[in-house]
Amino acid sequence: MMGSLAFSSTSKQRIAELVARYPRKQAALIPTLYVAQDQFGHLSDAVMQLVADELELPLASVFATAMFYTMLRKKPVGTWHLQICANVSCGLRGSDHLVGLVQDVLGIGPGETTADGLFTLEIVQCLAACGYAPALQVNKKDYFNVTPDGLKALIEELRTQRTEKSPETEAAHA
Amino acid sequence: MPEHRVLLRNHLGKDLTKLDEYKKLGGFGVWPKWVAQGPAAIHNEVKAANLRGRGGAGFPAGVKWGFLPNDGRPRYLVVNADEGEPGTFKDRYFLEDDPFRLIEGCLLTSYALNIHTCYIYIRGEFWRAIDVMEKAIADARKAGWLGKDIQGSGFDLEIYTHPGAGAYICGEETALIESIEGKPGQPRLKPPFPANIGLFGMPTIVNNVETLACVPVILEIGADGFNALGTPKNGGTKLVGVSGHVKKPGLFEVKLGLSLREIIYDLAGGILDDRELLGVIPGGSSCPFLTAEQVDQVTSMDFDGLKGVGSMFGTAGIVVMHDGTDLIDVLKRVTGFYRHESCGQCTPCRQGTGWLAAIVEKMDQGLADESHIDLLIDACTGIEGNTICALGEAAAWPVRSVATRFRPQLAKAIAARSAAFGS
Repeated sequence: MMGSLAFSSTSKQRIAELVARYPRKQAALIPTLYVAQDQFGHLSDAVMQLVADELELPLASVFATAMFYTMLRKKPVGTWHLQICANVSCGLRGSDHLVGLVQDVLGIGPGETTADGLFTLEIVQCLAACGYAPALQVNKKDYFNVTPDGLKALIEELRTQRTEKSPETEAAHA
Repeated sequence: MPEHRVLLRNHLGKDLTKLDEYKKLGGFGVWPKWVAQGPAAIHNEVKAANLRGRGGAGFPAGVKWGFLPNDGRPRYLVVNADEGEPGTFKDRYFLEDDPFRLIEGCLLTSYALNIHTCYIYIRGEFWRAIDVMEKAIADARKAGWLGKDIQGSGFDLEIYTHPGAGAYICGEETALIESIEGKPGQPRLKPPFPANIGLFGMPTIVNNVETLACVPVILEIGADGFNALGTPKNGGTKLVGVSGHVKKPGLFEVKLGLSLREIIYDLAGGILDDRELLGVIPGGSSCPFLTAEQVDQVTSMDFDGLKGVGSMFGTAGIVVMHDGTDLIDVLKRVTGFYRHESCGQCTPCRQGTGWLAAIVEKMDQGLADESHIDLLIDACTGIEGNTICALGEAAAWPVRSVATRFRPQLAKAIAARSAAFGS
């Protein structure tokens, strides 16, 4: 059943480095779940089982932690994950216009993915960039002082990069 | 200019993510002197400097360090870099642009407290910060500032980063500890306090990024020099972030004790479009909102200077709102945030944050009247003081402040919504 699912040698090596940082294996769980997410895209039940086996933890412990944290994704997202902050400071500086623009240009609302699987829109909580509002994060990259025109241009740029993997998603996560 | 820069150095045009550049500005310069004087001397100097915790609570760091028991168990230093209090964007500066200042602060603190392992818990969204810190740690290690026998002192220290994963509650120190241990970030009951039973059950000090960044400064200019920068019982400078409706939003550094008006009007350029000031959140969205009149009464921005107006200094993340602000919209964002971030452990918070958000939702849809303001206040009373951690208060206090201090404006907004959309 699990035959087709395995950590790459790079992932395995990364996990070993992480485990060595702590006196208990479970402490490496969140960073290991990121390694799994980077390799598999999201944390399916099978991926969580794989992590549980790798760290010798009960599946229930892995599941409880994965379910608690927003950034540990239980569902797939598009190639480009548009995360718009809509907390107070970004709201005061027009983040709703950015959400509206994505709706107009891509036809998706918060939590939705375009039919071609290229874009997912998500409203996120404070990104700690309040002085540079409104703030946006696309995959792992920050964009500050975002205007509707700027976002429109960015979406077009990302659309043409559809076959490339963005450099920032390949950056190893701690 | 009322700025006074000791910590913030992004105006110098130097790449301080490079160890050489950091050292050229005096980085790691205090080490030989203080190693010669010993751990207790460092601890005493920080205590005398009146360094108050920069994470928001303002507890004196030197006093907190003194809670570690001397029982031979291994100890940990944990850096709280889970910056996520809405309105706050100061620790990002050190993590992304001046990482060695934090590393030097961790080194000096660990030496003072006989700690050999330090974890920097960085919120997951700070991808770049994690990369910068990882590289800086590796570079410091290569240069002999971390690892075994640091600079021939016989002292060992390892620093590791640990990523968060999008949970505001992990900024609470015991939730943060749970999170490092690989568990859901649900706060622990206190006591026992982390200084006695913390990470992996061992004595643990949890300090904010900016707090630790102040330690090299204190050891360079001395406790007297640090105290001279601030006000009584409030040593040093403070990074302040100003956002919202101002002409020049951004990050500034000031001596503790400036007036709130000076920060908003002199540093941040005054109110956007020259409109009238409606109100201010003085220290992150967990702090009670201030009316324009109350803003004028805050003559000393420090950890004690906002008690008189019934608010808090918090993280000094200042959010400014002009008179065109839709208060229902602001409340919707605030209550939605705490509903999303409640860890679900305590019933008053888990349920109460949902009620607050639901009542505000009704206001927004034009389905409320003025009695819903009293309902909000009632729900706040049900949450405050009834939870394990301070998220309950963090959710209730801003809402209560808007419902009481801005009642006429809120009532007007409710009536306007009902007239426009209500049935």
